[in-house]
Amino acid sequence: MRNRLLIGTTLALMAGWLLPVLTRVAAQAPASPAYRAPRTPDGKPNLNGIWQTMNTANWNIEPHPAGPSPARELGAAGAVPAGLGIVDGGEIPYLPAARKKQQENYANRLKLDPEIKCYLPGVPRATYQGMPFQIIQSTKHIMLIHEFAGAVRTIYMTDQTEAPADSWMGWSNGRWEGETLVVDTKGFNDLSWLDRAGNFHSDALHVVERFTPRSAETITYDVTLEDSKVFSRPWKMSMPLYKHVERNAQILEFRCVEFVEDLLYGHLRKQPAK
Amino acid sequence: MKRTVFGVVAAVLLAAAASAAQTPSAKQTRPYKAPRTADGQPDLQGFWTNSTYTPLERPDGVTKAIYTPEEAEAAIKLAVQRESAQTEPGTTADVHYDFSQFGLDRSQSLFVRNLRTSLIVDPPNGKIPPLTEEGKRRTAQRAEDAKKLGGRWDSAESNQLDDRCLIMAGPGPPMMDAAYNSNYQIVQPPGVVMILTEMIHDVRIVTLDGRPQPDAKVRQWMGVSRGRWEGETLVVETTNFNGKNPFRGSDENMKVIERFTRLSDDTIEYKFTIDDPTMWTRPWSAESAMKKTVGPIFEHACHEGNFGLYNTLVGARLEEKRQAEEALKKGSK
Repeated sequence: MRNRLLIGTTLALMAGWLLPVLTRVAAQAPASPAYRAPRTPDGKPNLNGIWQTMNTANWNIEPHPAGPSPARELGAAGAVPAGLGIVDGGEIPYLPAARKKQQENYANRLKLDPEIKCYLPGVPRATYQGMPFQIIQSTKHIMLIHEFAGAVRTIYMTDQTEAPADSWMGWSNGRWEGETLVVDTKGFNDLSWLDRAGNFHSDALHVVERFTPRSAETITYDVTLEDSKVFSRPWKMSMPLYKHVERNAQILEFRCVEFVEDLLYGHLRKQPAK
Repeated sequence: MKRTVFGVVAAVLLAAAASAAQTPSAKQTRPYKAPRTADGQPDLQGFWTNSTYTPLERPDGVTKAIYTPEEAEAAIKLAVQRESAQTEPGTTADVHYDFSQFGLDRSQSLFVRNLRTSLIVDPPNGKIPPLTEEGKRRTAQRAEDAKKLGGRWDSAESNQLDDRCLIMAGPGPPMMDAAYNSNYQIVQPPGVVMILTEMIHDVRIVTLDGRPQPDAKVRQWMGVSRGRWEGETLVVETTNFNGKNPFRGSDENMKVIERFTRLSDDTIEYKFTIDDPTMWTRPWSAESAMKKTVGPIFEHACHEGNFGLYNTLVGARLEEKRQAEEALKKGSK
């Protein structure tokens, strides 16, 4: 009895000590400062390639347990896998009204999630939505080509301007800070979400992403999100990106408009004459 | 096979003759050599447009391949008038937004001028060649299938691809004038040429590493493109189409061969050959150009803002209801 208590306490203590350490390691995934990426012909760290995340953030960027599928017919195939979360500190610092809105979004997610309607995924959701994306890197422009809905981002490295209009994928200007590509994105509309759990932002969203090569086949992806209409302070998320090393890897078409027409417009179909 | 080679050779010869007629200054000086990317490829990067009034097929009644400059101007003038013609207020046609008012008609932006009477240079008559027997059968079948889907406003699925925001004329391949916003951006990291089309942000990533085409079961709206450099020319071969976006009646067996050659700082020559032996009795080729334009390319979130499709379907159902009620009233009288 005493032994069991002792073991239990020790385990609890260990867990109590280990968990924050593990979480911190996972959350920060520090790039080895010694790593120097191969260079492009113009001397910049070479990020060209096809990349993908390996986490369950698209289901919920906050820590979450496994749960049932929101669509009954899909059973276990559509069920939600658990996740440790990618938000620094675990919880998004919502303003009180915004947390309430997120909860409403969650309750109505089958009707409201823009992903279900094949809408452009926004930023940073496009990165961890679960499908691969290709970095096409040149001196003036770095393109991010996403498989989901064929979403495209242009990062202006030289001819930088303010966002000319609001858009789904925002307006991105980039710069190199040593080994790190820093991308500053504004000019969002308020229509995209951050995940399938109804986490959201407004048109005041300002995203700063940092892509730091940490090995030949991984990049540390750190993001700061700021949105004074929705969050009480700026907050961070972090995760690794993994490179596709298959020789024949390529971005394929996922032209999902075709797959959602019946869902969006089926009720407006002409009915046979009675 | 022999015929294919002959067709291509004939096309190249004709095209050479035609571009000589079209750009004499470029031919008098020594051949233009494109600037190089950092890794030594001819540099095609930047913003381009293929907007043009030149039709793919030679108009009926026109017998020559090349207009005089005066004739070309007259043809453009006529096309501009036709394009900016005003619809009658109060008619269904007038419901669409005014192209000229929003600066969408070609004449208000940069467009490619051309002395050709058609983009098609082979066959020499400037027309798409006749269909094969199988091609005729498939064309009839396609019309039959479309009929089964119902009228244009019966459902989303029975409407046109562009109204559904599925795909437009720009990305191809072959890449065609898209009626408006015919803008492209090319970015070339080592081993890849990326072509972004403004219309519905369609992207082609052309791999240059000699990899084979994927399994024939992998089929896409834009096919799968593989490229290589032949001197100054980027040659791109595309197969694995899904046949859902027929190019002038093509089918899933279509193979498109495109040739991009930078002729000057502000021009890329664009030639393509369509080889679809299921549909046509012979391959056919066209020639066009891309002119340097200014960026940036804006986000074209077509599907996300597609109120047009939604509203026309709502309108069609309301109209049916109104007609049914009217018929009922008439019957009860």
